[in-house]
Parts: sequence; structure tokens; C-alpha cells
Amino acid sequence: MTRQEIYDRLLAQFGESVVAFSNEPFTQFIVIDTPAWYHIAQYLKTDPDLYFDSLMCVTGMDLGPKKESMEVVYDLFSMRHRHKITIKVVGPREDFHVPSVESIWRVADWHEREVYDMFGILFDGHRHLKRLLLPEDWEGYPLRKDYQVQEYYHGIRVPKIKPKKLAP
Amino acid sequence: MGLLEHKFNDNLVVGKIDNLIGWARSNSPWYFQFGLACCAIEMMSTAASRYDFDRFGAMPRSSPRQADVMIVAGTVTMKMGLRVRRLWEQMADPKYVLSMGSCASSGGPYWQHGYHVLKGVDLVVPVDVYVPGCPPRPEALLEGLMKLQEKMKKEKTLAKLAE
Amino acid sequence: MRDLRTEEMTLNMGPQHPSTHGVLRLKLRTDGEVVTSIEPILGYLHRCFEKHAENLEYPGVVPFVDRCDYLASMNNDHGYAMAVEQLLGIEVPERVEYIRVIFAELQRIASHLVAFGTFGLDVGAFTPFLYAFREREKILDLFEMTCGARLLYNYIWVGGLSHDIPPGFVEKAYEFLEYFEPKIKEYNDLLTNNKIFIERTADVGVLPADVAINYGVTGPQLRASGVDWDLRRDEPYSIYDRFDWNVVTGVEDMGVLGDCWNRYYVKILEMQESARIIRQALDRLPVDGDVQAAVPRKIRPPEGALYFRSENPRGELGYYIVSDGGTKPFRVKMRSPALSNLGVIDEIGAGWLVADVVAILGSLDIVLGEIDR
Repeated sequence: MTRQEIYDRLLAQFGESVVAFSNEPFTQFIVIDTPAWYHIAQYLKTDPDLYFDSLMCVTGMDLGPKKESMEVVYDLFSMRHRHKITIKVVGPREDFHVPSVESIWRVADWHEREVYDMFGILFDGHRHLKRLLLPEDWEGYPLRKDYQVQEYYHGIRVPKIKPKKLAP
Repeated sequence: MGLLEHKFNDNLVVGKIDNLIGWARSNSPWYFQFGLACCAIEMMSTAASRYDFDRFGAMPRSSPRQADVMIVAGTVTMKMGLRVRRLWEQMADPKYVLSMGSCASSGGPYWQHGYHVLKGVDLVVPVDVYVPGCPPRPEALLEGLMKLQEKMKKEKTLAKLAE
Repeated sequence: MRDLRTEEMTLNMGPQHPSTHGVLRLKLRTDGEVVTSIEPILGYLHRCFEKHAENLEYPGVVPFVDRCDYLASMNNDHGYAMAVEQLLGIEVPERVEYIRVIFAELQRIASHLVAFGTFGLDVGAFTPFLYAFREREKILDLFEMTCGARLLYNYIWVGGLSHDIPPGFVEKAYEFLEYFEPKIKEYNDLLTNNKIFIERTADVGVLPADVAINYGVTGPQLRASGVDWDLRRDEPYSIYDRFDWNVVTGVEDMGVLGDCWNRYYVKILEMQESARIIRQALDRLPVDGDVQAAVPRKIRPPEGALYFRSENPRGELGYYIVSDGGTKPFRVKMRSPALSNLGVIDEIGAGWLVADVVAILGSLDIVLGEIDR
């Protein structure tokens, strides 16, 4: 099925929850309304014509303090029908809640924990949402565009001290 | 020497105990295999058959309590740095640290934007020998070990105990 | 007699352990010697790759991509270069494509050799490790002849290669293939048909096919469970569709589909198939062509995003690159195969003994540099 057909299918089933669709080269995605994501995900996985049984990648993106928004991008693939689709969920930079799909695709368990770790996006319904890569007591969310590195961590200096130029 | 020289058909050798201990220690540096990242693969290659580590007397030990030298091979992160310190404290004296690779010596290619990278393992443990390279060739690691062996040979054990 | 009660014990296979393939921490909850649950704790090698990628220009990201999966550097470079080339819309010369395939497959053999050697080491056999590294040194000689480095190459650039292959390379490569192909029989005698090895790995840690797809397991681990899926054949990139080779899936000779023995055996057979591809590529290598002809002076892709995936020795390596029209990428996300492969360990490791957990972890073939990025 082509991306247009998948979009038409979703539009027919869910109506208003499907917000936007773009099909230009290198900008192919479907934007959906955040609260409906869990039901749409279940439909995408279980419907026999779509059957997206493999979640390839979950990416978090911070569009910067000027645009004041963050996104989570899901790339889906169907091993049976060999078609792909990209789904986007858009939200604010502070206090962004996304329903978790880790009970549908188990691979999302760690990918969502990593997005939380790096961006601070909260996933509702995740069984144990805690930091994956950074230590538990790290401050801040590093991949945000306005992240400032902390000076000390447990007494160890974090940024490197640049050597002063030797006097001539 | 002097009085006893050439009296017993050279079956008796007189020397300092420090030299004997230094010679014995430097020819069996049992290393603590602490491979963290890419440099660990080069350390494994050095221990394999082409560049043999065993001919220097170096054996890999997995427990810090049985090791003399800790070869820190790879990038040390903040999370791991605390554990490196704890493992170093578990080693028994006399202990030495060989920092292998540029990541362990000074942060390596991650020095600029790496918020989670420890800029050099000498911020948590005292280092004796630095081996630069990304990753250092096995020959470079062998040279670093040989320099460490020279250092171990010159160490004055009894003189230190007497203090 | 009074009933004996057992209590659960938490055992820590800490970040420093001889058999965890790097700095991985496993929290095992055990009932005696039987493991009830496994919780991996990651992040001990988190080197902030994605932050570096946002602050460097497109060609400057290539050395950092190398260092993520340090056992398969050429494949990492290849995937990234192809992703950016698709964004830019440029085509590379034929000679470059052939050389890239030769190096990618040589790197695949080298990576599988390390997996085979260290898996033997985990299970208790020391000799295969030395044999595997002896073969690997010959491959590293070929790499060193071309680009000067043994482990991290920075060789496959966006639009071409950094150096052309030197004279004498093709003869040496043929010599290596002549030397290597009979060695597979040696490995089979050493480990594959070894009774102790079979007892330790057959029927241990069985991974069913549908669980594997749900958990996102890819690569030889997925093929050992019986799923016939290989990105080089099913979504061909570069020039893989011109070669004649087989996709290897698991067999039921010694155990069941999806056990540790199958995950190991698939890698041995894949090395054979890679040798076939290299031989065909060397036969048809175009004689002339400048490898730096298509390397662009300044890389400034148009705005847009792209998810591109290729077959790493460990599985499906994906790059999600977002460009905002400038010379530095806006976001580079690396979808690492080992992260998803490791996620399945709680599912297949529960219920086995502690020593079996070591065998299962070895068969999953993880590289911590890629998991933690």
C-alpha cells in the first residue's frame, strides 16, 4: 500500500485525530493528535491490511526554544506487506505527555526511556519510566537545544579545563 | 662485593634486595583486564598470538585483588568513573595504572561536547604511564608496558618501608 | 521434616566482568542458581554521539560514527555515507561501490570472527579465540595497507572513499580468501560439533520468531529463529543485487530453531557467504575511476528527514538524519541493532542457570559502544 492509501485508511477510521499529511520527497509523514496515539497504534498493528508489526525507530526531536515545540517520530514497517510509514506526534517543550506504546511493540520500551532521558518527554502508561543512559542523579536533559552542562558531578569536574596559552 | 668476589667460582651473587624485588615484580606484571571500549579490542589483539603479551609475563586477571597493573583501555564516563575509583582501591599495593588511548588520557575525541565523558582517568586515579593513540597500536601498548617495567624495576621498596 | 524456604537473591554481574562484552551491568534476581529475572542497566559507555553530531559538519561526523560500533566500523561508515548521499541525491562511481562492498564484507567477516572467538571464551574454550584473532590480523593487514588504520578507519566518506586501494591489494585479497575458506572446517571441528559446546548451547535461550519481531531483534539473531529476512537481499542498497549468494537461516540439526547454537552457527555460515561475495566483487572490480570524484566540496543537503537502514553484522543499523538546510545536521539518530537485541534478554534468559545467562548474552553478540552511543 502506498503512503496515500494508508493515510486515507486512517482518515476514514479515525477522522479528526489525523491532523496532517505530507508526501513530498524527504518530508513524508502523518501527524496525529497525541491523545489518540495509543488507539491508532493498536489499529496499525492489528488491522490485517496494514499489519505494522515492526517498529523500526523512535526519535525525539527538539525544534528549539524559538519554535517552542518538540516531536516524537515513529518509523513503522510491515514485514508481511513490506510497506513503511512515519508517524509524528507534536507537543510543547515543557510537560509533553505522550501515551506509551511499549505494550504494543515491546521494542519501544527502551527507545521511549531513551527519549525521556535525552529530552524530558513523559510517556504515560510506561511501566518503569526512568533514565536509561545517564546516571539517575544527572540534572537536565542533554539533547535539548538550550542544554547547559553542569559544572561538577560528585566532585569531578565535567567540562574540560583548557590549558592556558604559554607566555611567549 | 670486594671481599667475597671471585672466591666461590661465581656461584654466589651479592646484590641489593631492592634490585631483586624490582626485577621479580617487573617481569610479571599481571594486568587487570579493564577493557571499556575500542581500545579493549586492541588490548585483546595484543594478548592474542601475533603481538604476544604473555612473553612479558603479563597475564590477564579478572579480579582486582589479584592484579598489579590496571590497564584502563577506553573512554571512562562519569557513571563509570566512580566504579573505576572503587576498583582501584580494591587492588593491593604495589599497584600501577596504565592509561591506554587518548580517551583515557585526556578525554579523547569527546573532549569538546561530551557532557558525560570523564576528561582523563587521572581525575579519579593516579596514573603512571600514558599511551597515546586512537586506538594505540599493539606495539605502542607494548612499549608503554616496557616503560612501566622500567619504572617498576627502579622502585626502592625497602627504602620506602624504612621511612 | 520442616519445609525449607528459599529467598530470592539479587546478584550483580557488574560493569566490570570478564564475560559481559564491555561495560554492561546485569541485575539478576535468582532463586538459588536459577535466574528469575534479568534487568540490564546501561549507560556506562554513553559518549554523547548525538550531541557531537549536531555540532560538527557532515563529513566530521564520520569518525564518531566509526567509534559507535567499533567492531564494524566500515559498515557504520557505509550506512551513514549512503544516508547522506540519498539526502543530497548524488551517485557514486562504480569502482567506489565495488570497493565499498568488498570492505563491508571483509569487516563483516572480522566482526563475526570476534563474536565467534569471544563466545568460545565465554563458554570456556580458549583456543578458538586465538584462532579467530589470527585470521582477523590478516584482514586488518589488508585494511592497514589501504587506509593506514587497524581498527577505526574513517575510510568511507560521503561521496567516495578517502584512499584508493593500493597496487597489490587484489592479489593479497585473493590470497586471503584462498587461506580463509578452508578454515571454516577447522572452526566446525573445534566448536560447532564439539560435544561440550553443544551441551552448553543447544536448546538454551530459545527465541521464538514472533517474539523476536515484536522486540525488534534483527540480523543473525533473527535469522537463527527461522525468519528469512536480510536487508541486503530484501531492501537492496548499493550493488548487493548484482551478486549471487544465499541468506542463511537457522537449522534444526543440534537443537531447536532460535537457540544459542543456531545464533552461533548462522554467523559461521555467513562468513562463508561473505567470502563468496568478496570473490565475485574482486572478479568484477572496474579497473579505473577516481574514488574522490563525487566527494562534494561542501555538503549542504536540502531541508528534510530520512530514515535509511543497512545490514550491520549485528542487525539493522538505521540512521534518522534531519537536515535544516545548513552544513551541520539538525539531528542524527542512530538506531543501533544491539540495543534492541539486548532488550530481549529478560524474555529468553529467565528460568535458566546463571552460567546459561552468560552463554545467552554471548550469543546475542552485543557491542556496548553501539548500545550506549
